[in-house]
Amino acid sequence: MAPELRGPIALTTADVVSARSLSRSFDSTVILDRLDLDLAPGEFVALLGRSGSGKSTLLRAFAGLDREITGDLDVRGEVSIAFQEPRLVPWKRLWSNIGLGLRTPQPREVVATALAEVGLTDRANAWPLTLSGGEAQRASLARALVRDPSLLLLDEPFSSLDALTRITMHQLVLDLWERHRPAILLVTHDVDEALALADRVLVLDGGRISHQSQIDAPRPRDRTAQELTGLRTRLLAELGVNEEGTR
Amino acid sequence: MPASQTTLDPHISGPLAGTSGGTSPRAGTAAAPGPATQKPTTRRRPVSKGALRLVSPAIVLVIWQLASEFGLISTQRLPPPTQVWSTAVSLVTTNSSAYGTLQGAMLVSLERVAAGFAVGAVTAVLLALAAGLSRFGETAVDPLMQMLRTLPLFGLIPVFIVWFGIGQTPKILLIAIGTAIPLYLNTFAGIRSVDAKLAELGQVLKLRRRELITQIVLPGALPQILVGLRQSLGVAWLALVVAEQVNANAGLGFMISQATQFLRNDVIIVALLVYCGLGLLTDALVRLLERRALRWRQSFVAQ
Repeated sequence: MAPELRGPIALTTADVVSARSLSRSFDSTVILDRLDLDLAPGEFVALLGRSGSGKSTLLRAFAGLDREITGDLDVRGEVSIAFQEPRLVPWKRLWSNIGLGLRTPQPREVVATALAEVGLTDRANAWPLTLSGGEAQRASLARALVRDPSLLLLDEPFSSLDALTRITMHQLVLDLWERHRPAILLVTHDVDEALALADRVLVLDGGRISHQSQIDAPRPRDRTAQELTGLRTRLLAELGVNEEGTR
Repeated sequence: MPASQTTLDPHISGPLAGTSGGTSPRAGTAAAPGPATQKPTTRRRPVSKGALRLVSPAIVLVIWQLASEFGLISTQRLPPPTQVWSTAVSLVTTNSSAYGTLQGAMLVSLERVAAGFAVGAVTAVLLALAAGLSRFGETAVDPLMQMLRTLPLFGLIPVFIVWFGIGQTPKILLIAIGTAIPLYLNTFAGIRSVDAKLAELGQVLKLRRRELITQIVLPGALPQILVGLRQSLGVAWLALVVAEQVNANAGLGFMISQATQFLRNDVIIVALLVYCGLGLLTDALVRLLERRALRWRQSFVAQ
């Protein structure tokens, strides 16, 4: 099935996020320019864009961290975020980091389950500064998921990991997503990562969603499949890069 | 039991005798060679490390004593360690009309410094939180504290005597102000240096304000707070010494001013040494606190 372009975004009341006419500028530089976007429940969306295109700005707005953004933004349910750097609190042991601010009835059990899900049960008592990069990022994922969010925001969480760790993290994220089914908005600059993971790929350019493609291929995906290589070329072109890597 | 301990020397005259002699309660039994030879090997390293640091002070004491005995130092001006020691013993054991007892004086001084320190430390942390957590607090509190900082602490003594008389209040207040300033400055700086990204995390995790302060802000500022704590303890002892020399009728400072009148330099030196000992003690307490509170950093350094 060829990747298809969605038409004008359908407005359904059940959407986890509906954003209308979002604008944000820093000093006189316009970063977001009347951007519209909807995210359906349980949908895995990847947001691509050149650096400085406003990907992280949009994500921070969805997380409620940007108070100066203008427009209509409606985010329903619990929102969690995993940052680019794991942001574990260094003076709290791992389990205490996962449970930080958690207000469920049985936090200890919930934390233990979350640690097991990301394979960190035996590191529960470790100080964060002793974790490896991959372990720390898994802990960050566990902390985001332990709140059972309806929207999970991932801000380039794999960009500082080595290639091998990144592949296992991709699989972990897919597993967790299938188990918990939050809507995921993954901000990335890695086209292959977007193609491997997402149901829908967006490109942010000029302050708006300049392009979007639906990917229906079943996972795990074969990145050499014709429909993916075609889309890859297309997305790279949207990002202003040709296959040889020159702009 | 004490008798058997003094007679067991031949049993353990090996190389380990120095570290085990008399300290092990089992050393006097027939099985002495077994436990007595095993125990010291396990704690040899920490003992030798601490003991090494005692070598240079011991050498100074020996030189001091010898210099007195060979008449190089006037014992009237600077009594030798042995005389200081016997004076200390008599100050502890006899309740003299001029000085009272050493432990009594120590207790009075300790009470003063504890009261002043507690008042100063609590005030400092509360003010630093107010200034560190909001712009309004900073504009309201920080200029006052910066002005207070430049005020010569001991210049306040005459004013305090006029205001509060010569009782406990001016002494405790002086110690409190001396304590509060370094602790405030360090706590404020510590709070402001807490990683903004962690504060943002607290926002994402919807921490309540109290949780944000107790889980993120104060622990993040803690290394700097502990630096301030050590500085302010130093100032607290200093302020105590000065405050006690003025119009005290009890305490170590009173003992010193009495001894000055009777030309008893040995008593003065004993009192000074007690100040030293108390200062070292509080410093050790802070160090202990530091080691426990900053474990998360040590585990990182150790790797």
